[in-house]
Amino acid sequence: MANKIPRVPVREQDPLVRATNFEEVCHGYNLEEASLEATRCLDCKNPRCVGACPVNIHIPDFIRAIREGDLQKAADVIHQDSSLPSICGRVCPQESQCEGSCVLGIKGEPVAIGKLERFVGDWSLENPSEAPAIEKNGRKVAVVGSGPSGLACASDLAKGGYEVHVFEALHKLGGVLVYGIPEFRLPKSRIVEREIDAVRRLGVKFETDVIVGRTMTVDSLLDEEGYDAVFIGSGAGLPRFMGIPGENLNGVVSANEFLTRANLMRAFDEQYDTPIYVGKKVVVVGGGNVAMDAVRTAKRLGAESVIVYRRSEAELPARVEEVHHAKQEGIEFRMLTNPTEILGDEKGWVTAIRCVEMTLGEPDESGRRSPVVKEGSEFDMACDVVIMALGTSPNPLIASTTEGLETNRRGCLVADEVGTTTRAGVFAGGDAVTGAATVILAMGAGRRAAKAIDEYIRNK
Amino acid sequence: MYTILEKRLLAEGIYLMRIEAPRVARSAQPGQFVIVRVDEQGERIPLTIADYNAEEGWVTIVTQTLGVSTRKLCALNQGEALADFAGPLGRPSDFVKEPIEEVRKRRYLFVAGGVGTAPVYPQVKWLHERGVEVDVIIGAKTRSMLIYTDEMRKVASNLYIATDDGSEGFHGLVTNLMDELIEKQGKTYDLCVAIGPMIMMKFVCLTTKKHNLGTIVSLNALMVDGTGMCGACRVTVGGKTFFTCVDGPEFDGHQVDFDEAMRRQGMYKTQEQRAAAIYAERQAGHKCKVGLDK
Repeated sequence: MANKIPRVPVREQDPLVRATNFEEVCHGYNLEEASLEATRCLDCKNPRCVGACPVNIHIPDFIRAIREGDLQKAADVIHQDSSLPSICGRVCPQESQCEGSCVLGIKGEPVAIGKLERFVGDWSLENPSEAPAIEKNGRKVAVVGSGPSGLACASDLAKGGYEVHVFEALHKLGGVLVYGIPEFRLPKSRIVEREIDAVRRLGVKFETDVIVGRTMTVDSLLDEEGYDAVFIGSGAGLPRFMGIPGENLNGVVSANEFLTRANLMRAFDEQYDTPIYVGKKVVVVGGGNVAMDAVRTAKRLGAESVIVYRRSEAELPARVEEVHHAKQEGIEFRMLTNPTEILGDEKGWVTAIRCVEMTLGEPDESGRRSPVVKEGSEFDMACDVVIMALGTSPNPLIASTTEGLETNRRGCLVADEVGTTTRAGVFAGGDAVTGAATVILAMGAGRRAAKAIDEYIRNK
Repeated sequence: MYTILEKRLLAEGIYLMRIEAPRVARSAQPGQFVIVRVDEQGERIPLTIADYNAEEGWVTIVTQTLGVSTRKLCALNQGEALADFAGPLGRPSDFVKEPIEEVRKRRYLFVAGGVGTAPVYPQVKWLHERGVEVDVIIGAKTRSMLIYTDEMRKVASNLYIATDDGSEGFHGLVTNLMDELIEKQGKTYDLCVAIGPMIMMKFVCLTTKKHNLGTIVSLNALMVDGTGMCGACRVTVGGKTFFTCVDGPEFDGHQVDFDEAMRRQGMYKTQEQRAAAIYAERQAGHKCKVGLDK
């Protein structure tokens, strides 16, 4: 029986070596490994993995194509539902989506769907199929933001004959894929830039340094620049802080700032001018993927690095693989611990973080057991830097400068299933609508909005 | 491309650059800033807009050579281009959105210090063009470090100059001159706007508090993206934390925690000094043999 083969292990950089460099941790499968892993798929009649995938990729079909050695077909199957397989194969939380529902996972290890997707995605970047000749329909759409939702939306619209212009606020394209996710998890020039090049080959035009809401407004795009519709995929870039004493001391930074310095500005490379500071010991507050990215970046910059999280390990929102990798790299995890104050010296620099221990009480509205302070458990942990990785919310700039564009109480743009906002001709998707979520959800939202934009313009 | 249309030395280490940036020029308003990047390796440098022309599509910035990044910027010449020029960022000055008849009722005192004189200019010019009375104080260490005096004279109702060494105008600090104008000469103002080094703005605010004169300051905090994404520019105003880039850069000076703001400006001083030393050595043709400049 094919399913008796154990899951094919994936080659990775040695933890002790990789904790000192920014090269990609996971090498991924080669053809031989991918083909062998593909034989483990049971090709279920009612594949649960497809339903568990946020964009319903036809998983057994692409795995069958790998098994048959037809990688072009595998790529075509994935591309029907996903525009960014090499990226999603690396960053999707597979354990709670496709792999989490794989039948093989009930008694043993699920099929390594993420690693297979990554293999096919990388293969298709190496072997780009020729861009189909697209007949232009003479209509123009503006896309705000070049992250996952913007890229997916732009790509589908371009395939449908639209002239698409993408406006990016930063100097580099890719949004969170570039400023947020580190090189060691998602290589920039090998993967992200090539995914963007693929979109560019469809005829999409990109313009950096344009802050919609400041350089131009959504209104001016519609009224003065002649766009038929606007898609807003501006993400969730506004960092949260705890509101505890000492948060403005020198040495307290948001994970966004820390990661932007390291990823976008490449502060880890001495050829680049942007400074970054880690000191001897870094404490990262939070338990999501961003917290893992920040703590592992700090480790690679030479600091002793600790995660402080108020719930227990079972509640960590980060991908299981990232937590596993972080531990291998020597990151210390202080679970059930919550900061109450940051202490500084007389010059205003961080010297320690004051914390309390927690226990888990009754489940809260999110269904997770809510942490309760353990009386008399206060203690101080010495450190030089505190990084706040507490989540982000959408930047209010676009909503506040666009007439008739409503937001909810969390600052997210109000939009329906397909991205229709409260303003005619304006569509939105991704983190700007949902608050900080995943690449695949943003990508899916971008594609649904592209369809809705097409319908809107046809009926105009 | 953001071509440098004009470059001029205004004073020792202070350069004016007029940059071709049509989109920024079309949207720019007094009080706003831009983020500039010299080249692929460069930092994102926030600089307050010193002048702009929407029809001709240019924006002026004024920079003082302080660290590696500003030195790299000032080493560029006319005809060369910047890698990036993003903006306009931040909120425009309050008076831009207020009913102009309300603004006209006020008598403004602008206090400009050093390189901060440049961003004062578009504000005074904007007010002058709309018939608002504005007195301006420009302060500098010495006569040769004064900038924008001719331009300012054309738009200010009264221009006063203060130099620390008395080489031009009033002998003393801008705050001494403010006391002189308000206490001895009996001048009255309704609103003060101070732009300059953090320490100057702090003492201007102490002075205006004494005279019960409301004061707006423009903070030059550290920034990375300048769009509200990183929070490096956090500042405490009235006991609450704000982001200078999106909530400012202008704030009620009497509410600003200047000591914290100054301390936060020094966050990367060690790294900057090290980088500056390496840069200077490189410029002098020195190649580090032990790999410190790698």
